[in-house]
Amino acid sequence: MATKREGPDNNDKQVVNQQAEYVLRLFVTGASPNSARAISNLRRICDEHIQGRYSLEIIDVYQQEYIAKTEQIIALPLLIKKGPLPERRLVGDMSNTDKVLSGLGIPRNK
Amino acid sequence: MATIKKKTTHNKITTLRKLPTGISGLDEITGGGFPEGRPTLICGGPGCGKTLMSLEFIVRGALEYNEPGVFMAFEEKSEELAMNVASLGFDLPKMQKDKKISIDYVHIERSEIEETGEYNLEGLFIRLGHAIDSIGAKRVVLDTIENLFSGLSNTNVLRAELRRLFQWLKDKGVTAIITGEKGEGTLTRQGLEEYVSDCVILLEHKVVNQIGTRVLRVVKYRGTTHGTNEYPFLIDEDGISVLPVTSLLLNHEVSTERVSTGIPSLDDMVGGLGFYRGSSILVSGTAGTGKTSMAAYFADATCKRNEKCVYFAFEESPQQIIRNMKSINIDLEAHIKKGLLEFYASRPTLYGLEMHLVAIHKMIKKFKPKTVILDPITNLITVGSVSEVKSMLVRLIDFLQAEQITVIFTALTLNNIVNEQTDEGVSSLVDAWILVRDIEHNGERNRGLYLMKSRGMKHSNQVREFVITDRGLDLVDVYLGPNGVLTGSAREEQQLMEEAGSVLHTHALGRKDKEIARKRTVLEAKIASLQEEFESVQDELNKSYVEEDLRKEVMTKNRKQLTDSRHNKDAKPLPRVENNNRKKKK
Repeated sequence: MATKREGPDNNDKQVVNQQAEYVLRLFVTGASPNSARAISNLRRICDEHIQGRYSLEIIDVYQQEYIAKTEQIIALPLLIKKGPLPERRLVGDMSNTDKVLSGLGIPRNK
Repeated sequence: MATIKKKTTHNKITTLRKLPTGISGLDEITGGGFPEGRPTLICGGPGCGKTLMSLEFIVRGALEYNEPGVFMAFEEKSEELAMNVASLGFDLPKMQKDKKISIDYVHIERSEIEETGEYNLEGLFIRLGHAIDSIGAKRVVLDTIENLFSGLSNTNVLRAELRRLFQWLKDKGVTAIITGEKGEGTLTRQGLEEYVSDCVILLEHKVVNQIGTRVLRVVKYRGTTHGTNEYPFLIDEDGISVLPVTSLLLNHEVSTERVSTGIPSLDDMVGGLGFYRGSSILVSGTAGTGKTSMAAYFADATCKRNEKCVYFAFEESPQQIIRNMKSINIDLEAHIKKGLLEFYASRPTLYGLEMHLVAIHKMIKKFKPKTVILDPITNLITVGSVSEVKSMLVRLIDFLQAEQITVIFTALTLNNIVNEQTDEGVSSLVDAWILVRDIEHNGERNRGLYLMKSRGMKHSNQVREFVITDRGLDLVDVYLGPNGVLTGSAREEQQLMEEAGSVLHTHALGRKDKEIARKRTVLEAKIASLQEEFESVQDELNKSYVEEDLRKEVMTKNRKQLTDSRHNKDAKPLPRVENNNRKKKK
């Protein structure tokens, strides 16, 4: 599975990969406004609440159209929490932080 | 019409192109199929056949028109769908493997989804686009798209996205079917799809008198004319068949060929040739008058001509008919084995009238018979009113005449009053009407057969006695005498009596003849003797005449001599003659 990673720096990625607790996949459509907002919102939330304990894969569905079928994608942007179980699906631009947190099962720490 | 079409093609104005669905009958109603490259909505309540119709559209397209199709299912999983239509002979997994169709099950579950902000349905577009491109699909089905509304809560987004989807499908150039559940007062729950679709087809499941009938109606079809009626349709092992209500124009071909009824004496009643091919013949009568037997004879005659025949039995099972007909020397089983005869038995209450009509249509289209028998049509009345039955039969007769199929209806009459309203009011529709009546006389029931009408041919006005024997059916001239019409044993008795009478009569005649002969001889003898007598009298008379003449002659001679002697004294008189003269003078 070819993934397109968007990380600010390489150090971060190293840490994320090794100590991942939350396995997240974000499906977006190119550089559409919704996609861009979803990416930045999700990054912000993750950095604020579960920094260093997540791995985030951002997938452009346009690049891999077949994935839409295999992952049962209808609405986009879509965030799938693959781990820890149970699997959860969140759609939208992740602007509602409370919903994102409860959807991912992350307790508020601030 | 043709010239207009030509013009348009010359001017490069393209009229709406239609894509045949392959569903039997549907293309006739829509005038060629669904609008090509545009979305069509099929809506209706649960269980009315939306999914099946749309799936058949995809499958037929792939199989018959070589147009691959995508089926996007929001309700049933691909395996479930495959299982559901396996009974129709559609092998979905194989077709999927052959890249003829692509089935995509869309799973959407509200409890699993958290909405965190703005979104759109781009995923669906990508998914659909991918499926279309991967097999080069020309046909697309979305079944049932409104399920999205149960999975996602932002209806504004969904409505906007659905609009975009319809436009997107048009841009893609695929012919799409969208199915929708019927809503309250609207054709669909969201009230959206019907406006953005170019063609709307409404399916309904109607239950009247506990009998369910599925009907189809074209509610809207942009840019073309279409049938507006409700058309019944049938779902059976061959999929969906829609019955177009055949045109009621009376312009079918007619045949002058005559076909035998199988009963020579009945043929004789219409000039010895039988009825016209493609005509409709009604055999009506009270219970037990031999209507079925007559129908079976006709079937037998058809098969003996090596023509196909379909026997629609609404009362008895085929086995029962075969057994019963053996008793009158007809072996229908042999015809079945040869493939010339087909029975189609069903209880009238099995489904509605329209369904029966569809079933009959289908059977006839499939088997292509030359003769069709409906035995009896009266039983159909149990599932519809008289006018409904009539309208159904009108359409059936219309269809059969167009196909040049001879049809025999049998009908049970409940009373013996002939002039009363005829059976199911069909007597005016049929070309020939044979009526079999019970004639009760002398503690005996006999069958009298009349030809009430027979269009376009000379036919006997006489009542015949219809006899059923071990050897078969026959018609016998009834006895018409001073005591009225005599049938059965009364007729035979009368015939015997007549025979005896005639023997006696000839005997009496013989005696009289002898008497006359004797009288004649006597008379002749008398005549002979009288003749003799007459001759002797005549002789006598003649004798006296001669004597008188002689005397006269002698007298004149004497007188002359006398006068001569007076004037000439020297003349000597003849002494003897003188004597004689004197004597006479004395």
